[in-house]
Amino acid sequence: MPDDKNLNLSPKPSDRIAKTTCYMCACRCGINVHMKGDEIRYIEGNRDHPVNQGVLCAKGSAGIMQHLSPARLRSPLKRVGKRGEGKFAPISWEEAMEMATSWLKPIRENDPKKLAFFTGRDQSQALTGWWAQQFGTPNFAAHGGFCSVNMAAAGIYTIGGAFWEFGSPDWDRTELFLMFGVAEDHDSNPLKMGLGKLKERGIRTVSINPVQTGYSAVADDWVGITPGTDGLLIMSLIHVLMKTGQIDLDYLMRYTNAPWLVIRNPGQADDGLFLRDKDNKPQVIDSKTGKTVAFDTAGIRPQLKAEIKVKSGGVATPSFMLMVDEWLDETYTPEATEARTGVSASRVYGLAKSIADAAFSREVVINEPWVDWKGERHETMIGRPVSMHAMRGISAHSNGFQTCRALHILQILIGSVESPGGFRFKPPYPKPAHIHPRPAGKADQVKANTPLAGAPLGYVLSPDDLLVDADGTPSRIDKAYSWDAPLSAHGLMHMVISNAYAGDPYTVDVLFMYMANMAWNSSMNTRGVIDMLTETDPETGEYRIPKIIYSDAYSSEMVAYADLILPDTTYLERHDCISLLDRPICEPDAVADAIRWPVVEPDRDVRGFQSVLLDLGARLGLPGMVDDDGKPLYADYADYMTNHQRKPGIGPLAGFRGSDGTAAGRGAPNTNQIQQYIENGGFWSEELPENARFFKMANSHYQDFAVRMGFFDKPEPYVFQIYSEELQKFKLAAEGHGKVQPPDHMRDQIKTCFTPLPVWYEPFEGSAVDAKTYPIHALTQRPMAMYHSWGSQNPWLRQIHGHNPLFIPGNLARSLDVTDGDWVWVESHHGKIKVPVAVMEGINPNTVWTWNAIGKRRGAWQLDKDAPESRKGFLLNHLIHELLPMKGDGLRWANSDPITGQAAWYDLKVNITKADAGDHPVIEPDFPVIAAPPDMPERPDVLRYGDTIIAQELAQEIAQNKKGESQ
Amino acid sequence: MTCLPSATEKKLGLVIDLDICVGCQACVVNCKEWNTAGYGAPLADINPYGDNPSGAWLNRVHAFETGKGADARVVHFPKSCLHCEDAPCVTVCPTGASYKREEDGIVLVNEDSCIGCGLCAWSCPYGAREMDPAEGVMKKCTLCVDRIYNEHLAEEDRVPACVRTCPTSARHFGDLGDPDSDVSQLVAARGGYDLMPEQNTKPVNKYLPPRPRPRHEIEDVDLVSMAKKTTPKGFWKWLDQALDQLPG
Amino acid sequence: MRPAASLIIFTTLSGLGLGLAALIGLGYLEAKSSQWIIIHAAMCLGLIGAGIISSTVHLGHPERAWRALSQWRSSWLSREGVMAGLTTIVLAGYFLDQLYSGVARPWLGIIVSILSLITIYTTAMIYASLKTIARWHHVLTPVVFVLLALAGGCLLAAALQALAGTASTAPLDVPLTQWGIGLIALASLVKIIWWVNAGKNGSGSTPESATGLGGLGEVRMIMPPHTEENWLQHEMGFVVARKHAARLAIIAFILAAILPLLVLGLYPQSAALLILAAAIHLAGVMMERWLFFAEAKHTVTLYYGDRH
Ligand SMILES: Nc1nc2c(c(=O)[nH]1)N[C@H]1C(S)=C(S)[C@@H](COP(=O)(O)OP(=O)(O)OC[C@H]3O[C@@H](n4cnc5c(=O)[nH]c(N)nc54)[C@H](O)[C@@H]3O)O[C@H]1N2
Ligand SMILES: Nc1nc2c(c(=O)[nH]1)N[C@H]1C(S)=C(S)[C@@H](COP(=O)(O)OP(=O)(O)OC[C@H]3O[C@@H](n4cnc5c(=O)[nH]c(N)nc54)[C@H](O)[C@@H]3O)O[C@H]1N2
Ligand code: SF4
Ligand code: SF4
Ligand code: SF4
Ligand code: SF4
Ligand code: SF4
Ligand SMILES: [Mo]
Repeated sequence: MPDDKNLNLSPKPSDRIAKTTCYMCACRCGINVHMKGDEIRYIEGNRDHPVNQGVLCAKGSAGIMQHLSPARLRSPLKRVGKRGEGKFAPISWEEAMEMATSWLKPIRENDPKKLAFFTGRDQSQALTGWWAQQFGTPNFAAHGGFCSVNMAAAGIYTIGGAFWEFGSPDWDRTELFLMFGVAEDHDSNPLKMGLGKLKERGIRTVSINPVQTGYSAVADDWVGITPGTDGLLIMSLIHVLMKTGQIDLDYLMRYTNAPWLVIRNPGQADDGLFLRDKDNKPQVIDSKTGKTVAFDTAGIRPQLKAEIKVKSGGVATPSFMLMVDEWLDETYTPEATEARTGVSASRVYGLAKSIADAAFSREVVINEPWVDWKGERHETMIGRPVSMHAMRGISAHSNGFQTCRALHILQILIGSVESPGGFRFKPPYPKPAHIHPRPAGKADQVKANTPLAGAPLGYVLSPDDLLVDADGTPSRIDKAYSWDAPLSAHGLMHMVISNAYAGDPYTVDVLFMYMANMAWNSSMNTRGVIDMLTETDPETGEYRIPKIIYSDAYSSEMVAYADLILPDTTYLERHDCISLLDRPICEPDAVADAIRWPVVEPDRDVRGFQSVLLDLGARLGLPGMVDDDGKPLYADYADYMTNHQRKPGIGPLAGFRGSDGTAAGRGAPNTNQIQQYIENGGFWSEELPENARFFKMANSHYQDFAVRMGFFDKPEPYVFQIYSEELQKFKLAAEGHGKVQPPDHMRDQIKTCFTPLPVWYEPFEGSAVDAKTYPIHALTQRPMAMYHSWGSQNPWLRQIHGHNPLFIPGNLARSLDVTDGDWVWVESHHGKIKVPVAVMEGINPNTVWTWNAIGKRRGAWQLDKDAPESRKGFLLNHLIHELLPMKGDGLRWANSDPITGQAAWYDLKVNITKADAGDHPVIEPDFPVIAAPPDMPERPDVLRYGDTIIAQELAQEIAQNKKGESQ
Repeated sequence: MTCLPSATEKKLGLVIDLDICVGCQACVVNCKEWNTAGYGAPLADINPYGDNPSGAWLNRVHAFETGKGADARVVHFPKSCLHCEDAPCVTVCPTGASYKREEDGIVLVNEDSCIGCGLCAWSCPYGAREMDPAEGVMKKCTLCVDRIYNEHLAEEDRVPACVRTCPTSARHFGDLGDPDSDVSQLVAARGGYDLMPEQNTKPVNKYLPPRPRPRHEIEDVDLVSMAKKTTPKGFWKWLDQALDQLPG
Repeated sequence: MRPAASLIIFTTLSGLGLGLAALIGLGYLEAKSSQWIIIHAAMCLGLIGAGIISSTVHLGHPERAWRALSQWRSSWLSREGVMAGLTTIVLAGYFLDQLYSGVARPWLGIIVSILSLITIYTTAMIYASLKTIARWHHVLTPVVFVLLALAGGCLLAAALQALAGTASTAPLDVPLTQWGIGLIALASLVKIIWWVNAGKNGSGSTPESATGLGGLGEVRMIMPPHTEENWLQHEMGFVVARKHAARLAIIAFILAAILPLLVLGLYPQSAALLILAAAIHLAGVMMERWLFFAEAKHTVTLYYGDRH
């Protein structure tokens, strides 16, 4: 018999399990952290958690290694060498806080906007935004501007919520699923779980993506579209569906602004605006009476085809008629779009047919009576079971906002948003633009020693809301909400450094950043940004950006470029709040929020950033952070999470409120709240009533629920905005109407891009460079097993992605005569890199791609300077510039979407030539080694994680055996 | 004894669905995490922060591709020990460290008797065994034998770590010796197959093939001709009729 | 497969020692004095022992090597261990007996020879039994091992004989040097047949059968599971360029066969040249063994983008 008497089939996995929230990425899954003594034995998914229901991704499973990374910062640091040299002295927290206070206090006392506070991959914007507001600076944003603001804003302005993780396909009911430009998404695990469910039910999935990996690899249908042309494909689908009558008229009349009357009065100030009554309510024509009535009148049946005369001159017609005019046009026939999109006409017909079949032949009916916002009762919920999802593939283009809008409109036209089987919102969405606040920060709102009148980020509804002064100068350092990017709902983090450097529109005194690796992978034009961070003013000898405070948890590339480092804890060592006030973790059927709490204590002199921020706020005497005596109101972040109230009864956490912890949504603070979260597995959730689960924008049961939970103070029913009056207002301004006027040189661009119904235009970089010189599209994709730059310090994950080849299509490989492992030069209008290639067939024939953020600067992340990440790993960022090449008008236009300012990462066009790799092929550009901060631990040569746990286990076993023997 | 049992009571194994595996590597890392502080010595890593990092893993995910251009098909492909019935890795082992359990067919290495000769890895056609670089003993998938019978775990958690963690449910675990088990049924329904049957190892683990893709082009004659024929005027006519037919 | 020095030394040295032992057992090499018995014993046991020690260096846990004797019923490696041990003991007994009694007992000698040949065979079968490595999985693999061991043994015996200045006791009155010519020629012939044929048709496995995706067409690897080399690739993914291999094969042939043949044919009396020939032959066989590993392809490489 085999000698397996040592085999223990039932070892005790852990002494105790601590349930908290993963932060190996922004998906925020629930985790069970198994502890053996003080060591982490194992991390698994929490089965009860709404987000991941027990599963865990590769990154989450590598959490132990992140937590123990030798790249963890160890104490506050003060720069002692030159910027970029990486020379620091460790200092005490007291000294660090004093230093920060001494830098910030004078700013607040003189001109608060001289502080630019930008947070990166942060999930505590409810706190950080409020802090900026209390400080009084308008210069606050998180990373959304370079990430996917097109997607977010287009969603909010069109259907009151976006894809991201704010909604979800109705996985259990959908009959057809289409993905546009999704590699991994923020909703990582839920998307995968959903795809698994669809496969189990045998539901057809379609992926529209130039690259066939991951989700696209398992799709039943892969459409390898030419990058930047999705808008055309979508409008071509709309064209076919409309022409063949495959649209949901009842839905359009009830839930959208298709029947709203639009004034058609060319050249006049009211052209393209909605016809409104004296209460300012948009008007429709009731077909029963033929009368013009307010859109929300109960019992009417609005007309979709009509024309009436309006007093100001001109006529008014339902916006639906404009849609028909637009999309029935010949420009959108599949035959007309196929050359540009690379998707054949017959394939477009095929897709349209699949959509129509699923939506209208496989209607889903749920027998659940409900009452709509007008008081009309419906016996059933009728669903159009076609669901869609999209992400940065359509968002990160300069035409992304309109493309994203077009996609939402496609969903609406077939009646699938918020209907069973379609796309479903997660509470508190839908929450349309007009319910969100306007951004605060107009010049007259920024005053010394005074909080800003409102939150720095918000949604503008017309040019009047822009943050520009009388001559059009932007009020914000990133020029968000200026004519450069009027609907920039997330700010423009990617412009902060270059604008502050150039003093355009003004200089700042302190740049305060948190969790963003701006000196490397999150910047376009990385080399340029590094120079801007290190350049001094020859006259004063001072840095162009005088002071930089940065909070990171690890020794990232950015650390060397800051003057003061506030080292954060790892995610297992701190309190965090995944709040409904921020990016919630709700599900379509349930509201939910969650916490993190220290499941292990830090072994270094580090502090949770949020606690530090509150401390700093108290030292600066910021209102809301100090009591009347100027003493700190909150001991730390945990205290704030429990006791802070945004409005009476509403705080960072919605669960276990009220003095006895039984209230949900609204309720008095509960001193035991965090403990109750911990006992509940680190999260709280409450299911929506059955009759509130669909048509949330129009469902009175849901609206009441939302008020009860504190999402709104009164019901806020919403009508989907296919026709965007907001955009039309900007267009009118460009035509010369209104008092807030764009600079003349921008008028044409605004007129073409700010159309109230989506249009497609060629991505800017593509039209700015010569298509013959730069014929190839170059993209990045998220690797599922890596999170941006911060995964490479993880010894498990970096074995999977230690470097990245440029994947090139077979046809291109053959014409260049290169094969796997050969090296090529990739050149854009801005730069040139030398990289290794891998050949692959599943790519659009004019496209190349690589994994994002694998390339690392030598010396960073406590990796060996010859780590593969630096020798063979590279960034495409060196080829991408934040500005477009010269057009000949003397101006350099931004390489972003003109509507939201979204960075147009995926507009990149390149030229590829074979390179001579030489004997020691190394990526070019090869940046000099960056010095590690002081006192970093040695890199072990061998890692045997678990040996002490195993030893412990053995000792326990032996002890137990002895006990057994002696008994 | 390294002779194989003539029959095993059960044939526990995995069924891996290539039609849904997205190549996320969750199973790979979770396997490492569970097993590095569990069965036998830790799964060591060499040069963890240096050049050429490498380590022992029990499960790895490759990506393959077939076809050209628009017909290209990418397939993500996880691979761990297949717990073969005729496991050559067991019979070549000179020490008896490698063995196949009679009760359930799981192929294991008793690390206390393993001399680290590596021959079993040479004999495995699939590359399912890896030498631990620090401990010098052979590592392989244990089918999480310390989970599936573990009384300290909740009943539903008594499955391999990779199965429990897989976000798409591409991995299934069960008794492939029992024709009525869920996994056997799945294999029968989906045409589950063996890797390298010609090596005569009779793997227990089975792979479910990617489902064929439907034809790319769908020429729905009616739809196309209607889309081509319809004019705005025709559209409005359709609209009037459609509106008349709406209830209410 | 990666040619590991320890395994090259193991198979060549112990092969040489066992080849010599086999010939001595058959009475090919008479010891003219007890001093020479000790020299012969030292040669045989030293070579065999060095080989075995070298093979344990290859192990992750050499201190447990004794465990490898247990699985002789199924494992060729175990059988090899058992046989090597047994042969060494009997061989030592044979020499001791000869030392004390002054006579070489032919029946014991025959047993020694048989055991030695079986041991060489078991060594070869460790490799030849692996279906995963088509190149090795060939009927002639053990024949090559045995013939090369005998040829080397013969060359060494001839050298020792010349050194001792004794007359040939080889059967049929054919001198050892001529046996050497014959054995080297035969070994070369068989090796060439092996070289041309072994594993020519691959293992029968392909990337298509390895993945089961052949129904979709030709299968190509596009992404390995890890970006740096892992143990499997290090151990089994070793490749040697075809041109390089051919060059090395010719050199090996010259060293292992041509040069020794020249010495045997032209200077059969020169002890110095015969010793040199034996050394050169050993170097050639080591090169042959290096190629034996280097040219062998393992099915696992099919998962890493290789086509066999
Ligand atoms: N070429 C190309 N470039 C891109 C993209 C692309 O698709 N292609 N994508 C863009 C997008 S969408 C994004 S969001 C950005 C992301 O880029 P970044 O926002 O720069 O994201 P990370 O690289 O993750 O860097 C975040 C920083 O946070 C630090 N950090 C990690 N955990 C903690 C913690 O717990 N506390 C603190 N204080 N710090 C922590 C990390 O060490 C790291 O330095 O990249 C952008 N850049
Ligand atoms: N594992 C992991 N998960 C992450 C992240 C991570 O770094 N790692 N990052 C997080 C962050 S910050 C973000 S913003 C999200 C982003 O989530 P995704 O948007 O899913 O991520 P990207 O990799 O940017 O994916 C872009 C996809 O769009 C495709 N694409 C590019 N251009 C086009 C186009 O013109 N048309 C179409 N149809 N497709 C196109 C690309 O091929 C790619 O597949 O992921 C989040 N989740
Ligand atoms: S998707 Fe993965 S990394 Fe992100 S939170 Fe969930 S488990 Fe953690
Ligand atoms: S976890 Fe599942 S989907 Fe991910 S690679 Fe493994 S088998 Fe595939
Ligand atoms: S897969 Fe390999 S290691 Fe596993 S049982 Fe089969 S032959 Fe042995
Ligand atoms: S490495 Fe260990 S398990 Fe494998 S054959 Fe050798 S002794 Fe047996
Ligand atoms: S069954 Fe267990 S050991 Fe085997 S691959 Fe899965 S997790 Fe790893
Ligand atoms: Mo992002």
